[in-house]
Amino acid sequence: MTRTTTLPHPAPRPAATTPVLSVRDLRISFPSEAGTVEAVRGVSFDLLPGRTLGIVGESGSGKSATAMGVMGLLPPTADVTGQVLLNGRDLVGLDDKALSAVRGADLGMIFQDPLSALTPIFSVGRQLSDALRVHQSLTKRAAWDRAVELLDLVGIPDPRGRARAFPHEFSGGMRQRVVIALAIANRPSVLIADEPTTALDVTVQAQILDVLRVARRETGAALVLITHDLGVVAGHADDIAVMYAGRTVERAGVAELFDRPVMPYTAGLLAAVPTVDGGERRPLVPIGGEPPALVDPPPGCAFADRCRVAADACRTTDPALRDIPGHGQAACLRAGEIADGTLDPAGPAPDGTPGPVTGPAAPGEVVLRVEDLVKTFPVTRGGVLKRRVGTVHAVNGVSFELRAGETLGLVGESGSGKTTTLLEILRLKRPEGGRIEIAGTEVAGAGAEVQKLRREVQIVLQDPLGALDPRLPVHHLLAEPLQAVGADRAAVRARVPELLRLVGLDPAVSDRFPAALSGGQRQRVGIARALATEPKLLVLDEPLSALDVSVQAGVINLLARLRRELSLATLVVAHDLGVVRHLADRVAVMYLGQLVETGPTEALFADPRHPYTRALLSAVPVPDPVRERARERLVLAGEQPGATRPPEGCVFVDRCPLYRHAGAELRRRCRTERPAPTAVDGAPGHRHACHAA
Amino acid sequence: MATTPETDAPAHRLSRLYLRRFLRNRLAVTGVALLVLLVLFSVCGGLLTPYTYADTDFTALTRPPDATHWFGTNQGGNDVYASAVHGLRRSLVIAVSVSALTVVVAAVIGTGAAYLGGRIERMTLAVLHFLLVVPSFLILALVSHRLAGDWRVLIVVLTVFGWMSTARVIWSVSTSLRERDYVRAAEFMGVSAPRIVRRHLIPNLGSLLIVHLTLGVVATVLSETALSFLGFGVQTPDVSLGTMLADGAGTVTSAPWLFAFPAGLVVLLTVSMTLIGDGLRDALDPTSVTGAAGGRR
Repeated sequence: MTRTTTLPHPAPRPAATTPVLSVRDLRISFPSEAGTVEAVRGVSFDLLPGRTLGIVGESGSGKSATAMGVMGLLPPTADVTGQVLLNGRDLVGLDDKALSAVRGADLGMIFQDPLSALTPIFSVGRQLSDALRVHQSLTKRAAWDRAVELLDLVGIPDPRGRARAFPHEFSGGMRQRVVIALAIANRPSVLIADEPTTALDVTVQAQILDVLRVARRETGAALVLITHDLGVVAGHADDIAVMYAGRTVERAGVAELFDRPVMPYTAGLLAAVPTVDGGERRPLVPIGGEPPALVDPPPGCAFADRCRVAADACRTTDPALRDIPGHGQAACLRAGEIADGTLDPAGPAPDGTPGPVTGPAAPGEVVLRVEDLVKTFPVTRGGVLKRRVGTVHAVNGVSFELRAGETLGLVGESGSGKTTTLLEILRLKRPEGGRIEIAGTEVAGAGAEVQKLRREVQIVLQDPLGALDPRLPVHHLLAEPLQAVGADRAAVRARVPELLRLVGLDPAVSDRFPAALSGGQRQRVGIARALATEPKLLVLDEPLSALDVSVQAGVINLLARLRRELSLATLVVAHDLGVVRHLADRVAVMYLGQLVETGPTEALFADPRHPYTRALLSAVPVPDPVRERARERLVLAGEQPGATRPPEGCVFVDRCPLYRHAGAELRRRCRTERPAPTAVDGAPGHRHACHAA
Repeated sequence: MATTPETDAPAHRLSRLYLRRFLRNRLAVTGVALLVLLVLFSVCGGLLTPYTYADTDFTALTRPPDATHWFGTNQGGNDVYASAVHGLRRSLVIAVSVSALTVVVAAVIGTGAAYLGGRIERMTLAVLHFLLVVPSFLILALVSHRLAGDWRVLIVVLTVFGWMSTARVIWSVSTSLRERDYVRAAEFMGVSAPRIVRRHLIPNLGSLLIVHLTLGVVATVLSETALSFLGFGVQTPDVSLGTMLADGAGTVTSAPWLFAFPAGLVVLLTVSMTLIGDGLRDALDPTSVTGAAGGRR
């Protein structure tokens, strides 16, 4: 089933009631080799019954440590001070036994990874009824019945039958539903969700956020929603606390915060986040620099070094969180000026403002041509004698073209075959089915030719820390591709500083090891390495998903500049549609190994034709509470099935909202005929594969 | 963006960078100094005494240390100082070369099998597992006895029967390393297989190899001792620390100097190898605190 829903508006601030959860000056520190890490440095908040507090921040901002501190789940080495008052009772300093009585009863928890939150050896019904019986006196039978009710509440189809199933028999989204059922089992007064949807695909994320809302309504619990995604809090939180370097730097109602942030960090974060909606693509404004280390935090405001409007006082005084008239609270010395409009938190326009994010693609030569690419994997069973029991059609007849100076974004959820497509191109061997042509040469797998083609195709991998050998300093990392194509030492020595400057790094970093670089710097090294051999085609596999928002924007702008300057053809694989919108000239949407829609970015985002593309775009939360809550959302049911036995006709047919309303004749076509790519009238290059659109 | 002056050019040779990081570690340098002293002792120590390990002084049987016999004498009237000098040299050569050879052979076979995979990997593992279940000590004893205790043969034999367990460990660690992103990245860059093994797999096994190298030295001294004790290793009149320990073990209470001096040398050798091993590991490991301290600019 597919629902079209809108989100409710933020709850009006209730009249003075007692908060269910009060955190007072919470401080958490961990010992480490380098010294004491002050992960949380004085966080306070009140949570009123039935309200949702969104805590947002980047990695290392202390948001998860805060959640763990509230739940009493920190490792014993952590030093916790302050107060966590749950219904007036202080949880800090309670022993594990006393805390266990509170956790799961008054305090429900939802974690990021639903697989590790469930015990693999018990059925979900057993786990739920155990959770109920620990805190309530129920008979086994009553507990089981209640467990089935809970599974029904969180939208598990056939709850009575599925209660006997084990966690591994559920998909990721269904597992997270079970975790939510566990969290609300004992009607807690507070729910804490730590990045509840980060591990999930975007269409599933939309479902889970809805379930979370239902769960909250049913139990009347207050919710602490911790996330790095500004879109998620925009749609689902009533109040927002922004964390930076272990402190709350701004706290306000969701509407005020997004409308007029008064802390320069919040403003910067909002300017740096790529979005899928709204008119023209605006260039993203990165926040320069990186968050400070928390071993020995700076004496002044932790954000001062990255702040465009920092005054001298900011570097010496650490501002406390204080009330800003008509605008919640902020920890900024200049918040008053920003709030009354006399100071722009973005500061004076930086020199060399980035130009247009993407220009019209110059009509370059075709660098990559993929025709009817097919890749299958055998499904085997048995240990010693492997029997082939099926075939996964990972890539099933994919065709596209990529020209010099052009960026193609390949998007789709996990399991859609986008990464397999990319690996097939990089393998430089004759594909299982179809043709691949790079720079005019057909990939056939002959030795000498492969060596020649290697120069032309390079890759940037997802996790920059994993992709760089930790034992090699930057110079040697960059030298490697050059040596692989036979460059001598003098050539390498000349090229390395040139490459570092090209990606905006100081050549002095060349004798550092990857561990001594920040995330953004590492990804720049990864990009420099890929550019070393002056390739014609650059392939980027989720190049930004390991980076924080404030750093992402800088890399997006860098990639846009490089593509323009070097007239590179780039193929970007990403699941984040906002990122793709800012990187790509053209977008290809994949589902179950097939392209369902391709088109110029603007046309495709403004007027998606295929029902899957529409649902995908609709599922991405928009970081603007007004638009996010006003828009019609198309929530797609179910999850992408495995590609072992794809439907004979349209691959999307089982989840398709159009199919459900289609007439008998159209239904028959969708079931039996695979739709061919059809051009959209009046939009050159925009094609979709759907019978009904 | 400041341009870097030529004088501030980064260390382009990896070896020089590793050396700099190694020299920064005081304990490791102590270890090297200790090893150098031990080597000097084994090479030049003989010049300080008129006796050689084969000489017998029938006027002084089982004498405690004095002015003529610095480390005393044993039951046969051999000078313990001269024997220790010779025994240390013999043991050093055997232990260090066996250990180094074992680690090299194990690293090449382990990483090669893991990286190449497929049929080569399966066959290598089959041979390795077969050798592991063969009672190697027995074969070792028989082979070395047949070859009449030539210490060079001992090196070969100890290596041939000693590489398997190290190779097994290296193989299993390498199988996880070959799945790493940076190995995949190198493949996509077109780096050749031998180079990937040399450049990415072996250095990342660095600390493992070094632990095995240092432990190997100690273990070889011990197995050489055991063989010599059973009469299969170094044969009289040749002397090693092992034969000396075997001789001295029976008289620890009545003539402690016979045991104490060779035992002390084994301890010094072990300590120096451990210090060097730790230092090398820290120098090769970019995340280690000791190596990096002050090294970042």
